[in-house]
Amino acid sequence: MRERQRNVQGWLFVSPWLIGFFLFTLYPILASLYYSFCDYRVLSPPKWVGLANYVALLTDRDYFLPSLWNTFFMLIELPLALIIGLTMALLLNHKIPGIGVFRTIYYLPSIMPVVAVAVLWLWVLNPQYGLLNAILTPLLAPFGLQPPGWLADPKWSKPAFIMMDLWAVGGSVVIYLASLQNVPAHLYEAAEIDGAGAWHKTVHVTLPMISPVIFYNLIMGVIWTFQYFTQTFIMTQGGPQNSTLFYALYLFYNAFRDFRMGHACAMAWILFILTLIATLVVFRTSARWVYYEGERG
Amino acid sequence: MATETASRGNQLAHWRHSKVWRKRIAVTVVYLVLIALSISFLAPFALMVSTSLKTEERIFTETIEWIPNPIRWQNYAEALQSFPFLLYLRNTLFVCALVVVGTVLSSALPAYGFARLRWKGRDVLFLIMLATIMLPAQVTMLPVFVMFRNLGWTGTYLPLVVPPFFGSAFAIFLLRQFFLTIPQELSDAARIDGCSEWRIFWQIIVPLSVPALATVALFAFIGAWTDFINPLVYLTDENTYTLAVGLQTFVGRHSSEWNLLMAAATVVTLPLMVVFFFTQKLFIEGITLTGIKG
Repeated sequence: MRERQRNVQGWLFVSPWLIGFFLFTLYPILASLYYSFCDYRVLSPPKWVGLANYVALLTDRDYFLPSLWNTFFMLIELPLALIIGLTMALLLNHKIPGIGVFRTIYYLPSIMPVVAVAVLWLWVLNPQYGLLNAILTPLLAPFGLQPPGWLADPKWSKPAFIMMDLWAVGGSVVIYLASLQNVPAHLYEAAEIDGAGAWHKTVHVTLPMISPVIFYNLIMGVIWTFQYFTQTFIMTQGGPQNSTLFYALYLFYNAFRDFRMGHACAMAWILFILTLIATLVVFRTSARWVYYEGERG
Repeated sequence: MATETASRGNQLAHWRHSKVWRKRIAVTVVYLVLIALSISFLAPFALMVSTSLKTEERIFTETIEWIPNPIRWQNYAEALQSFPFLLYLRNTLFVCALVVVGTVLSSALPAYGFARLRWKGRDVLFLIMLATIMLPAQVTMLPVFVMFRNLGWTGTYLPLVVPPFFGSAFAIFLLRQFFLTIPQELSDAARIDGCSEWRIFWQIIVPLSVPALATVALFAFIGAWTDFINPLVYLTDENTYTLAVGLQTFVGRHSSEWNLLMAAATVVTLPLMVVFFFTQKLFIEGITLTGIKG
């Protein structure tokens, strides 16, 4: 009786989330699977078309495949953000006066509303009068080079977005910093006794100890890249020449501009499967280098 | 023998001395790198504020003028007049308030269930909930849109403010982590006194968790303030826009008036910066507790 009462109580406490899970997660995933096999234009009821949406997408060399490629390209950002973010966290981990001020400064860009970031960077990246090219022009001039047109140039539009995102790397810096401060001091002392210098301590103590956090951030980074939307929607609308037509943007266009819900839902499901695969791949390969404290063997 | 000891002492002093110097140099290098990084992180902000105060003629110059001359404060007045800033601010605060209340209330209860009660199915459900943190919004967005559309909710705030009342997986996770740190003996003692779980939750756990609840409120507030895609999809009437969507339409209409654009961007950013400055500690604590940024 008491046992049953306890179970009922537990389920009651989580019921707000549980109802929300059925309404806003489970049902939509299943519904979008169904819609993905339909011709569905919102205003008329869905019509079963089998695999037609998937076939159309996977053979679409004009939009879908480029959007997939563009998104893959953006994954370059993840190792860059990892290296820069970790380096900054290691720098901030020094116990020296004024360190809190630096931490605040690095964190600021990541709490700026994305829309405002997009507007600001449209100006920073302006080929003629922008801040970036104002710095680059005198640096490149001695070599007879001109700075790129950034968002106006299909070759440079994606690197421009990557640079803009790296500006907001501070969010992950704070996470790395928190995990750095959780590394037990006695490990460093032991390494010092063994004669390890700063470099060896970082490579053999710090990195293994915080590898679960790095690993988690990488997974989230892959998933985040596939959701990349607001920036392109405001800054380039996918151009020039579809060079910034990213996955989430094309999905949005399908759903809300062209009203091809079937197509969009097929994309959502491909995204769902890609997310699962990305998670599994990182999980599998991480077994070799991720160290979890408390896990022996 | 004595000289040998002395020279060894000397050597030690010398070694110590050089170590101090090495440390000083290292600290200097760290400071230099930190400052260089700070400049590059702050430069875009400085550009934003400086451009927002320039006259039209002084925007497009060969080299960048960091200090605007003359300073034109009217840009702010003009920017605020050319889009209904106060109306959008009110709309945004309205949405934020409901999202915050919904998220905090409906996340604290499940978090309590996951952290402080033992029941059948708890661990499986918790894993499912953790997995949903990773799920991209795009996967579920479309059927949810169809659902709200069939309910006739598009064009209203309901699609923005109702879902938070079913909890947020991230907030539940954060609160659960915090609830786990509260000693179990407190609950046990209350149970022996015949306290119901409901009362333990409200009278013991909630008062002890104010910092964590504040962190969740803060993340929810910032999430709602910066949210773009949901207002974009659901709000059809321009008078109901939030600041994020309003700013985007403003960009469309003033695409080359950079001084006005920067003024608008500053105004939309400033409230968040102020909130952040006063609540930094809560931020850091929330991140430390979960290892995830909100």
